Amino acid sequence: MEPIIQMTGLGRDFHVRERLRRRKVVAVDDLTVGVEPGEAVGYIGANGAGKSTTIKMLTGILVPTRGEVRTCGLHPVRERRRLARQVGVVFGQRSQLWWDLPVQESFRILAAVHALTGEAERARTGELVEQLEMADFLTTPVRQLSLGQRMRAEVAAALLHSPRLVILDEPTIGLDVLSKQRLREFLVAERRLHGTTLLLTTHDMGDVERLCDRVLVIDRGRLAYDGDLPGLSRTVGAERVLVVDLSEPVPDLLDVPGTRHLASEGHGLRQRLAFDAEATTAARVLADVSRRAEVRDLAVEEPDIEDVVRRIYAARR
Amino acid sequence: MVEVLDLRTRLRPYRAVLASRVRSQRSYRAGFALDLLSSLLIGLIELAEIWVLFHSVVEIGGLHFTQMLLVFGLAELCYSLADLSVGHCDTLPSYVRAGTLDVFYLRPQPLLLQLITSDISLRRLARVAVGLAALVTGLVLNDIAWNVSAVVLLALAVLSGYAMFAAMFVGAAGMQFFLLDGAEATNAFVYGGRYAATQPASVWGRPIVVVFGFFFPMAFTAFLPAMALLDLPGAEWMPSWLGWCAPLAAVWAWIVALLTWRWGVRHYQGGGG
Repeated sequence: MEPIIQMTGLGRDFHVRERLRRRKVVAVDDLTVGVEPGEAVGYIGANGAGKSTTIKMLTGILVPTRGEVRTCGLHPVRERRRLARQVGVVFGQRSQLWWDLPVQESFRILAAVHALTGEAERARTGELVEQLEMADFLTTPVRQLSLGQRMRAEVAAALLHSPRLVILDEPTIGLDVLSKQRLREFLVAERRLHGTTLLLTTHDMGDVERLCDRVLVIDRGRLAYDGDLPGLSRTVGAERVLVVDLSEPVPDLLDVPGTRHLASEGHGLRQRLAFDAEATTAARVLADVSRRAEVRDLAVEEPDIEDVVRRIYAARR
Repeated sequence: MVEVLDLRTRLRPYRAVLASRVRSQRSYRAGFALDLLSSLLIGLIELAEIWVLFHSVVEIGGLHFTQMLLVFGLAELCYSLADLSVGHCDTLPSYVRAGTLDVFYLRPQPLLLQLITSDISLRRLARVAVGLAALVTGLVLNDIAWNVSAVVLLALAVLSGYAMFAAMFVGAAGMQFFLLDGAEATNAFVYGGRYAATQPASVWGRPIVVVFGFFFPMAFTAFLPAMALLDLPGAEWMPSWLGWCAPLAAVWAWIVALLTWRWGVRHYQGGGG
């Protein structure tokens, strides 16, 4: 099958004016990536690594300086309008809703923009309202929505025309745990139901873990990693952290196999142990700890994305 | 896949957006009334300016007050109609900063049409009314030989004048891709152009005739059609029969505006200027 995204040697420079000199900044360089229909790809990297520039080239907002890009088999700049019918984009930082209109009014306008028939509009709006639980605020003007509500409305707005490819730029930024969870569940369901391809940029490892089966890491405009998430953790050796609350103070647990003791609080009442998820499991670590002390509570901390990215960057320099 | 869409379907997106803009402006009644009032005041002050001038002189550039009223009315009507429908285009930098422009890229309509139909300023209706009143008064008070060609000339003048001012706003929008903080620079052309349009071109020096007579064809929006309508000779380099060429001037204005817009969009996308 034809790839839904094909970038070949893609690059983009910007010219920045500094006093009188013009300085060239390479935002994206030599990016060669193919994405198959139905994939869910996490696109991660530090701020300014080139993520947004890539997305703008994929959607025809920016013209590449070098290389080629095809999105849904189309030339994004020359065939922008045809492409717009097949792609939905959620920008976490900018709104495609009308701030002074009720949510449902924005949906009505977008249905007109995408030339949905009355029946298709009703069916799709109904589906999205139900799955994203928007019934309570459909008649509320967008400017009065909470961030979580607005984000759900934004996602619905981008998906109203049932695009084959959905690009999400920081969709969960600033959301609380529950809102994040709801949004992720929706995206998983949407993908299962319609075979939608997802490409998302995020700073949240949870997004990548729960939504993506493939990860691209970009560093200073270049592709630094392309593969699955376990492979990424293996590459960078990202560790999880088991936090245990014990029923009484215990000396530092320095000898639990497969772990590294990070810190203790309250004379050893709470201890933090780092472990490599490839070498051992949380259950085994917990069993070892339980043999030494009574565990009252526990939490497992995921490696955060900044950490993973930092390690990849460090390994490349 | 060939998409055959009839006109109604093609217009549906623009109609939906514009209808929502109108509804939202009417829903804040008190605010809307205030906006109308302030817009009316601005129109009246512009008119008063001319009236005050004629308090101390009998004629300017060979025109009497009633004849000036005709020029002013025509220019003001065309300008305010353009301002009402496309005036928001020259706030392009705010569209860029808010990311609205990027959102336009994600919709299957041409960018410029989306920008033009993204808003409408109903409060400008007050200035349209001032312009219309001045125009009608000018038409009644002046000695105009009313026949079919005069009516055609008047209709052509209003349509072309509207098109020229609309083109000016679009051109200003195109320029602002380069001057994201330079709204003042384009305002100089937009408001300078409007001001020039309400003047008798007979008082202009030659450099100004070149700039506002032909390059930005402001003399074609009101002065020249009015001269043709009044059967007056016109001005140096600008005989009054040129009033009939207003549609040509409008076409020229749109060519310049669309090229500027295209140039601006290329710059924004970074595809070379």
